Amino acid sequence: MGECAVRFTVNGEPRTVVTHPMKRLLDVLREDLNLTGTKEGCGEGECGACAVILNNELVNSCLVPALEASDATICTVEGLATDGELHRLQREFIKAGAAQCGICTPGMLMAGVHLLSRCPNPTLDEIREGLSGNLCRCTGYMRIFEAVQNAAWQSE
Amino acid sequence: MGTAAPRKEAAAKVSGTAQYVDDLCLPGMLHGVTVRSSEPRALIRNIRFGDGIPWHEFTIVRASDIPGRNVVTLICDDQPFLAPMQINHAEEPVLLLAHKNKDLVRRARNHVFLECEPLPPVFDMDEALSARTVIWGNDNVFRRFCIEKGDVDAVWADADLVVEGEYSTEAQEQLYIEPQGMLATWDAETGITVRGSMQCPFYVQKALMPLFNLPPEKVRIIQQETGGAFGGKEEYPSMIAGHAALLAWKSGRPVKMIYDREEDMAATTKRHPSRTRHRTAVSRDGQLLGMDIEFAIDGGAYATLSGTVLSRGTIHAAGPYRCDNIRVRSAAVATNVPPHGAFRGFGAPQSLFALERHMNKVAQAVGLSPEEFRSRNLLRQGHATATGQVIKEPIDLAGLQQRALDLANYSDKLQRFQELNRESAIKRGIGFATFLHGAGFTGSGERNLHSVVHVEARPDGTVCVLSSMTEMGQGTNTILAQVAAEALGAAYDDVEVLRPDTTRVPNSGPTVASRTAMIIAKLVQSASLSLKQRLFDAGSLTDGYSPRQFKDACREYIARFGELKTSAQHQEPPGVYWDDEKYKGEAYGAFSWAVHVAEVSVDTVTGEIQVDDFVALQEVGRVLNPVLAKGQIEGGVAQAIGYALYEKVVWVDGSMANNQMTNYIMPTAVDLPTIRVFFEEIPYEHGAMGAKGLGELPMDGAAPAILNAVENATGLSFCHIPLLPEDVLKKLSLARESTMHLAGSAA
Repeated sequence: MGECAVRFTVNGEPRTVVTHPMKRLLDVLREDLNLTGTKEGCGEGECGACAVILNNELVNSCLVPALEASDATICTVEGLATDGELHRLQREFIKAGAAQCGICTPGMLMAGVHLLSRCPNPTLDEIREGLSGNLCRCTGYMRIFEAVQNAAWQSE
Repeated sequence: MGTAAPRKEAAAKVSGTAQYVDDLCLPGMLHGVTVRSSEPRALIRNIRFGDGIPWHEFTIVRASDIPGRNVVTLICDDQPFLAPMQINHAEEPVLLLAHKNKDLVRRARNHVFLECEPLPPVFDMDEALSARTVIWGNDNVFRRFCIEKGDVDAVWADADLVVEGEYSTEAQEQLYIEPQGMLATWDAETGITVRGSMQCPFYVQKALMPLFNLPPEKVRIIQQETGGAFGGKEEYPSMIAGHAALLAWKSGRPVKMIYDREEDMAATTKRHPSRTRHRTAVSRDGQLLGMDIEFAIDGGAYATLSGTVLSRGTIHAAGPYRCDNIRVRSAAVATNVPPHGAFRGFGAPQSLFALERHMNKVAQAVGLSPEEFRSRNLLRQGHATATGQVIKEPIDLAGLQQRALDLANYSDKLQRFQELNRESAIKRGIGFATFLHGAGFTGSGERNLHSVVHVEARPDGTVCVLSSMTEMGQGTNTILAQVAAEALGAAYDDVEVLRPDTTRVPNSGPTVASRTAMIIAKLVQSASLSLKQRLFDAGSLTDGYSPRQFKDACREYIARFGELKTSAQHQEPPGVYWDDEKYKGEAYGAFSWAVHVAEVSVDTVTGEIQVDDFVALQEVGRVLNPVLAKGQIEGGVAQAIGYALYEKVVWVDGSMANNQMTNYIMPTAVDLPTIRVFFEEIPYEHGAMGAKGLGELPMDGAAPAILNAVENATGLSFCHIPLLPEDVLKKLSLARESTMHLAGSAA
């Protein structure tokens, strides 16, 4: 199979990449667009380190072929801050100590932002459920729950 | 100090700009892979390259290409970078490939065929100890230790009761979320440079110098942001760095080698499986009279760090109990599986699991509650541990234990669960473990390291801390900066902790053994105080200065004198005595102490166990940063809950069969209880600002606490982890059968 042109919007910017249609969106972001904030932890959709928001859905970019992202609107961790100011969830992650080694953090933030967009005032159980596709080996999740809760309160 | 200064590198981590090794890309870079053995033990007869791959485009490195010594230098020179002929474990590296196309090089790996003559492998510790088949040394034993206190042989005859038990634990995968990886470059003038994910840059340097016959200045090792390690990036990175460097040296191009998850899980180290046997003499009133302990760990195919892991496990085997007669005999055994290695806790989680299960059994035998039996035997100030280390600090372990039980509502719950359990198929229970963890290297380890740190002011008046301590998520950058800022009287934001690069930082030893806060931060404190003194001596600073004035003083001093840099080197505190032969004396500079309480519910229909509440109370000296410290305890407890209930390595012919996150299960956000963390603080005079180590401590207690709670809930005694639903169901059905059998015979 040859290469094809795939057009989509990433973090508000229209982009076109010429790529093998089955190349993983994760690799397109990291290699073709140099957006290395999105991480690979397992390559099989278990850990969520590569999570991005694609057309308002949280997806594991290691499981999405480039072609499937045609005409999509994609948000990665690099797109969370606006005008150099961190997203409130990013700020709460810093305050609560929710990022330790930092490798799950981009995916965890995307899951958190996605959760807050659907459910602005989540209960602890809803937070747990909303982050259950993202593995963190450092924190035991407690600091992350706290960050999401604190960010939710600010949105009211 | 004691404040929640924000993590130094947090902004980079939350914005996705922190640079991990796989985020780096150099012009002309090749991708490297490792060809590994699928046989557990064999002789390589031939290596065949299959059809359909343009082999002439590849850089290929075999054992015979290695320019220097084919040995991963660590403690014992037994492990090769590439197996020359003899294979000793599945996944052993044999050959290296590099190509500019990442997909092609991965595909090519499957077209290299090792033609082998299989040899009989040994997978079982008892089989190895029998030495019927010798696979390592003369007797398949890497290391043995024996601790003797008093005369344990004399206690059995007069003891009111003798209680025996056997306990075992399985391998556990570190499962850092960033897989291992390195990026190497070679230059005839400057030598080798390797960047990567690692805990110990100077270990990597030490291993690569003989591999290439190069002096230290030509082997430059740079740590990248490291996405979790937990011990898993202590020794194995030397192997990967060597492989990437060999490919770079042979090709003349930069070579990046990043493991995928399957390779990382199958080939790199895991926690040592263990078996512990206890024989305990106790008086009718519940006084420990003698403890005879045998502890064995499975080291895998090469010695690596197994002797050191065994040492820590051995010293911790008798735990926080006062007993006049103790013998601990231990062995680290060779088998034909990939070498087991460092993992948070380093042998202590294994022997403490056994001990804290066994203490419940002894309590039951003498008819005391677990808490009362422990209280009667816990160490107090002035008492001596198994190695004869006298406890100098005013620790009140019985009080700590009571406080933890109160925080968990232990007595109320015991009673309430008993009533609830009568009516329900879900059985609830509560259990705890009381334990200790020694901080820093064992015995003479710290003395032999001669760790050094530097503190340097820059021309702009900001300060830089230089040490080889790596940040891997645990908070090194932050606490070292906090300690320096407080000792100097500088602003926290004006202190930077340099990421280790062997050409720029001194050797402060490895980032392991809960030593950063207690030992290295203390050196940072001393070097900072010297720097401040130099400013006073030069008249640049006077009492009552502000952080701003400090900065100005540095600037002015450097303008006048050119440089402002101080160092500190570790000195063992006075009166510390350790005998490496007899294993007697002060095993550690200090112990941290903890009581962890777990509440569980056991579904007797499905066998599932849920941890419903968890209280973690610990005394860790002064807490340097409460948010980071809490995060360390919570994360450690989460790993320990995984160790107890979820994480099972399935072995088939010496290989990990479930080397995927899909079927090696670690706790998710919905699996864990709220982990409630509490500290007590007794400042330790030789630690930085009074701190002791705390990173490994929380790995030790959850597994025995949970199994004690399961016993409280169900009456079933389990002695093995991981404890999976199928194990619970099996024991439940056996228990039912024997009840029916008893009922039948009674009728």
